[in-house]
Amino acid sequence: MTRLVDTLALMAAIVALWVGLHAYAGDAAIASPLQTFAFAAELFSRASFWNHVGATMAAFAVALAIAAVAGVALGLVLGMRRFAGEVAEPILSSLYTLPKVTLYPIMLLIFGLGMSAKVAFGVIHGMIPVMLFTMAAVKNIQPVLLRTARVLRLSPAQTALTVLAPAVTPEIVTGLRVGFALTLLGVLIGEMFASQRGLGFLIINGIEVHDVRMMTTVTLIVVVFAVAANGLMLALDRRAHHFA
Amino acid sequence: MTRAGGIIWTRVALIAGVVGLVELLCRLGAIKPLTMIAPSQMAFALARMTAAGELTAPAAYTFTEVGAAFAVSVVAGGALGALVHAQPRLRRALEPLLASWYAVPFFVFYPLLVALFGLNALPLIAIGVIFATPAMMLSVLSGLDRVPRVMHKVARVHRLSHLLEVRLITLPSAAPHLFTGLKLAFAYSFIGIIAGEFILSGGGLGYGIAYAYESFENRTMYALVLFVLVIATGVNGALHMWDGRLARRRGRI
Repeated sequence: MTRLVDTLALMAAIVALWVGLHAYAGDAAIASPLQTFAFAAELFSRASFWNHVGATMAAFAVALAIAAVAGVALGLVLGMRRFAGEVAEPILSSLYTLPKVTLYPIMLLIFGLGMSAKVAFGVIHGMIPVMLFTMAAVKNIQPVLLRTARVLRLSPAQTALTVLAPAVTPEIVTGLRVGFALTLLGVLIGEMFASQRGLGFLIINGIEVHDVRMMTTVTLIVVVFAVAANGLMLALDRRAHHFA
Repeated sequence: MTRAGGIIWTRVALIAGVVGLVELLCRLGAIKPLTMIAPSQMAFALARMTAAGELTAPAAYTFTEVGAAFAVSVVAGGALGALVHAQPRLRRALEPLLASWYAVPFFVFYPLLVALFGLNALPLIAIGVIFATPAMMLSVLSGLDRVPRVMHKVARVHRLSHLLEVRLITLPSAAPHLFTGLKLAFAYSFIGIIAGEFILSGGGLGYGIAYAYESFENRTMYALVLFVLVIATGVNGALHMWDGRLARRRGRI
């Protein structure tokens, strides 16, 4: 109960801040909450809007699938092969801290405009954190677990299924959560340059033609989606850590 | 050769191998010069631009912004982290928001920030601060979480004042996490500001890259990309080494 009250209070504080910003900066910079909600309702009834949503979601789903599968697979390999892992880790964390926008022109030159560039951009944002978390999870398995598996004479497949997988799952879930957010960011930024479709395109187009209502509304939709999806994954994350 | 030496040399060989391969592919024409110029040409273009002084102004502009954003976000993130840590209810409410912070493309607030701060470097610095502060905050939170409870009891037994407790007990125990916070705050300030310049602003390294890309000046573009890459990797490597040294020193005590 107190949790609900706290969350509502936080939301009220955010809306109050928004109203304050609108009052200070004016209609030219940000739309008021009321205008935004009204415009969101209008957008939801337009078919063309759902085309943009579909474009973003398609690119996001492909990018997330690639980032998750490749990230977990490479992370597992690098975590198990200690030498390779130690060689790769500083390289990966450097790549992680690199402003990936600077690689954007290169991506465009390689992939051209459109879907594949968006996906590629999402993947380069999202894959590295998944890899780093998976690697750390495998490296930090308690040796006693593996020794127990040996004592019980488990086959490699049984060891992987009953010992390794449950031990590394919580950390991998955390990695996927971080990867989820960054992949979404990557796809949206990708759409801002490489595309004529998608929510990122609607935002940048709103900025360029000075459609403040469009910009604010689509931003709000993206933020709500990101926070909601993340809240859901945070709950999953807690459960995974709880059962581990 | 020691194991640590082997790791470092393997890493160097790996990077050299990749660079060499790209160089070879470019020279053989498998990668078209319109897509990517050879790494040696990038380095050459960068050296030429540095010697001609073309790099000085945008680099100074960007580094001033990054420095300002880094300083503000470390102070603000530290203070907010300590404040939120003292208020568990506030923390529970804020956590989902902080966890999804990095999924929000903050560049879209640039027009709003221009309206707030005017058309100068401040809106970009604000983007850097918005990007970097939560990373610092989260690090402070996990650092404060990991101060052993017995240490607080020790402080009480010795009747330390609040200030002394923070200086002698809290800060040293939380130090590793605070250091991680500093690393992340730098990385995110850098990412936020370069990206902001790239997308929106009219100055600095990020803008230089975008401008060169749009006017098909591949050499300039790749030289600038290389420069940003070298700076990010260099600072990251230096912090990594410093962190390792601090960890070893803690291990000795």
